[in-house]
Amino acid sequence: MEGALSFIGDRETRVAAEAKLDPMHQFQLEKLAGADWNIAGYNVAFTNSALWMAIATLALIVFVAGGMKRAVVPGRWQMAVETFTGFIDGMLAANVGKNGKKYVPYIFSLFMFILFANFLGLMPLGVVGVHAFTFTSHFSATGVLAVLSFGIVLIVGFSKHGFHFFSLFVPHGTPIGMIPIIFVVELISFLVRPFSLGLRLFVAMMAGHVLLEVLSSFVISGGNNGPIMFVIAGVPSFVLMVGICALELLVAGIQAYVFALLTCVYLNDAENLH
Amino acid sequence: MPQIAQLGEFYSSQIFWLLIFFGITFFVVGRGMVPKVMDTVASRDKQIADDLKAAEAARAQADAEEAAWRARENANRAQAQGLIADARGKAAAATAQRLAVAQAGIDATIAGAETRIAEARRSAADEIETVAADATREIVSRVAGLSLDDAAVRGAVKENLVHG
Repeated sequence: MEGALSFIGDRETRVAAEAKLDPMHQFQLEKLAGADWNIAGYNVAFTNSALWMAIATLALIVFVAGGMKRAVVPGRWQMAVETFTGFIDGMLAANVGKNGKKYVPYIFSLFMFILFANFLGLMPLGVVGVHAFTFTSHFSATGVLAVLSFGIVLIVGFSKHGFHFFSLFVPHGTPIGMIPIIFVVELISFLVRPFSLGLRLFVAMMAGHVLLEVLSSFVISGGNNGPIMFVIAGVPSFVLMVGICALELLVAGIQAYVFALLTCVYLNDAENLH
Repeated sequence: MPQIAQLGEFYSSQIFWLLIFFGITFFVVGRGMVPKVMDTVASRDKQIADDLKAAEAARAQADAEEAAWRARENANRAQAQGLIADARGKAAAATAQRLAVAQAGIDATIAGAETRIAEARRSAADEIETVAADATREIVSRVAGLSLDDAAVRGAVKENLVHG
């Protein structure tokens, strides 16, 4: 490696170039503005993560606004937007029922926000020198969404059923003697929900990006170590990367879907207590 | 792992900006735009359903009108058939009457002719009797020299004519 990269220049530049091959470097947060912005003592600097949240929000607004022509015979764009709203509507109707209609704005926002974040993070913008940042690969971001969903479930559950909501932790047909144990088990599984919800998305996105980064470093290192290594390691890694990229696009969609679907399932518990 | 290494430094920024931008997404897109998009879909579905219902009603009306037309048509046809049967009956009756009249005339003519033939035959028979009686008496008087009573000759001739 030392010899292969020696053409780049002095040692500092080489170290920087090698640091770029660190697969975790892509998750590094950087302050872009407002390093000294504080609210109640908490720093709220505008980071690269916040920038990509803004880009995802803007892209989503543009996408949905493009489908608001309200034509009786929809064009392609309007059709695409209506397909997404219909998809969310159908998911809520299937999982929550008729009462689920009022959650369409929240679930739609959640699903599309995560979907756009995941897809934007996979865009090959490095080609034009911009480095896409996937903020859904940070549990500090996915955790907020998970806690938000969990909070809504709690609010709906307790406001609709009061303390009767605790009967969620005692499934039908539980023998009397088993109730204390089952209650504790069900309570723990309920309390784990926000963590599993947030961690699942974060882990899936981070793992995919690390894998792509590692494979791409194989391509570059292979190329730097001569033609033989390039053929043995570089080319197969590149072919594999193409496949993994397709898989990551699928994962990006599936993880957004799973997040929205599980939120629907949890909302069903709160809305239609058994 | 920057997610953990940088957590202490950045968690408040991450939470703050995520809430800001997800909030914008929720209120602008979720609450502002999605209901309008869904309204469009709902109104389109309603329009399609209404159009289908209207088409169904129009078809039912067309069916009813066709049935009414068919009934009218059948009645007209039956009436026409009645008129034809009536005319045919009348024509047949008129023909039969005219035939009967002609038959009667022919019968009368035939009867007259037969009467005349019978008359002619009887007069011819009488004449033959008279001629035969005269001839017989003449023959008898010439051959036997007998002068026979006219009535007797006539009786014998009549008897011979009947039996001969």
